[in-house]
Amino acid sequence: MPITRDEVRHIARLANLEFSDEEQERFTRQLSAILDHVAHLDRLDTAAVEPTSHAGEDASPLRDDVPEPTLSTEEALANAPESARGLFKVPRVLG
Amino acid sequence: MSELTRIGARALRDRIAARAVSAVESVNAHLERAAAVDARLGAFTLIDEAGARTQAAAIDAAIARGEPAGPLAGVPIAVKDILCTRGVPTRCGSRILDGFVPPFDATAVARLRAAGAVVIGKANMDEFAMGSSTENSAYQVTRNPWDLARVPGGSSGGSAAAVAADLCPAALGTDTGGSIRQPAALCGVVGLKPTYGRVSRYGVVAFASSLDQVGPFANSVADVAVVLEAIAGHDPHDATSARRDPPRAREAEGGAQGIRIGVPKEYFAAGLDAEIAASVRAALARAERLGATVEEVSLPHTEYAIPTYYVLATAEASSNLARYDGVRYGHRAAGAETLQALYLRTRGAGFGAEVKRRIMLGTYVLSSGYYDAFYLKGQKVRTLIRRDFDAVFAKVDLLVTPTTPTPAFRIGEKTDDPLAMYLSDVYTVTVNLAGLPGLSLPCGVTGAGLPIGLQIVGRHFDEATVLRLGAALEADLGFRERRPRLPEQAAAGR
Repeated sequence: MPITRDEVRHIARLANLEFSDEEQERFTRQLSAILDHVAHLDRLDTAAVEPTSHAGEDASPLRDDVPEPTLSTEEALANAPESARGLFKVPRVLG
Repeated sequence: MSELTRIGARALRDRIAARAVSAVESVNAHLERAAAVDARLGAFTLIDEAGARTQAAAIDAAIARGEPAGPLAGVPIAVKDILCTRGVPTRCGSRILDGFVPPFDATAVARLRAAGAVVIGKANMDEFAMGSSTENSAYQVTRNPWDLARVPGGSSGGSAAAVAADLCPAALGTDTGGSIRQPAALCGVVGLKPTYGRVSRYGVVAFASSLDQVGPFANSVADVAVVLEAIAGHDPHDATSARRDPPRAREAEGGAQGIRIGVPKEYFAAGLDAEIAASVRAALARAERLGATVEEVSLPHTEYAIPTYYVLATAEASSNLARYDGVRYGHRAAGAETLQALYLRTRGAGFGAEVKRRIMLGTYVLSSGYYDAFYLKGQKVRTLIRRDFDAVFAKVDLLVTPTTPTPAFRIGEKTDDPLAMYLSDVYTVTVNLAGLPGLSLPCGVTGAGLPIGLQIVGRHFDEATVLRLGAALEADLGFRERRPRLPEQAAAGR
């Protein structure tokens, strides 16, 4: 199944990624080849098959709703590229 | 080179516990070995000399006070740079995590430390564990100790190379589609992917959460079993970690007598290197002489495993990697005037080509209009692949297959062809999709002198039987006597 340059641009926007023209061209080609391989799955009739989302034993066990120690504000901010007044600092949100 | 780097984790621990050798001597011997050879291997992205000596001195002090020595007391261990290490940079092979210093240890790392192991450094890897050659690391190339022109495999290539070259007796890696077993095979060491849920994923940088699993590398099955016992077990910090006791290392003893082995015919089909096929068949004949039975079985959906894996793993990755936005940690692009521009530039500069390719593929298969055709389809085929295994494990106890279709390939050979690289995982991804335990055991070398690995796959949470056959075959095959021919400067010390 071929994927188009326009689709690659659309997916890049959804994924918050930016590409040069040359990268767009290469990704279009490579993703098309990979999707061709993935298309092999269409040979299987799976209409009556349940999906598997994980291979674990228990589905989402819950713990008691009791507060437990976690990172301090200082620890949580220690890796931030920019912070101020105990908060993560970012450029303006609205263009 | 010191003998201490050759005796393995258990023997080293026993000498340290008996105070014949100190933990500091053990760590120094391995640091010297790394200083002598790692410039040419590139296994470590970071060697924590000061931290390792401090940990070792603390272990010696505890033993001197009469406290019991842990099961890995004074054993130096390399940790794949995907596992968080408190106060020690963790970059996951990516520029986007440059500068990140975790405020906590991954549970597997914390448990290693509690067992007395010494973390001596962070091992190189493909960026975000996406790759089969470690060539996707943003930082350096790692070379195969058996042939420096070849890849060590991946994504845990640094961990495998470090153990193969005796820089440490054991290492931790992670395995999402073969990332422990494939490099173990290509580097001639033992590597185990435990059952999904066996080892906590807390503090492991997430790639594909329904497939990722932490596991050990070592030069013997018994050493792998000791590390597994130390790191396994329920962890309240990981909702997918199983409420089961860790498998005991001594369960690996007992021999192959009576084990029923299935050999899936689909794993010996076209594309398998003839020398690898012959080596695995020869090992199966030995297993029969050791008292196991061998019968051919079928896993009919094997040919669909790679496309299923690349749909599901990339979908999960595209979601997991959305968190790298230049806000809370790691790389941030300079000069962005809006938040949207910050995201685009940070991610554009911070991720390498393979990671972007997989984020794009994963976003595509999850996107409106394609979800049912790709993602849901993949989840349904995953069910069929699981059922294949359920059916054969009603008849046999273990499966034995080749770990990889080819021995180690040349650096640069597959970097321009992502699909060819993906196909090197053809025998390993099925095991992740089904959540089973899988061990790669060295079983021979090719005519060109490259290691060959066989894979042993067991039922869910039956690592004990996997390790038992592995140990019996290992003793019979005698592979451990073979060592890589490292560069001359290193060889001079041997």
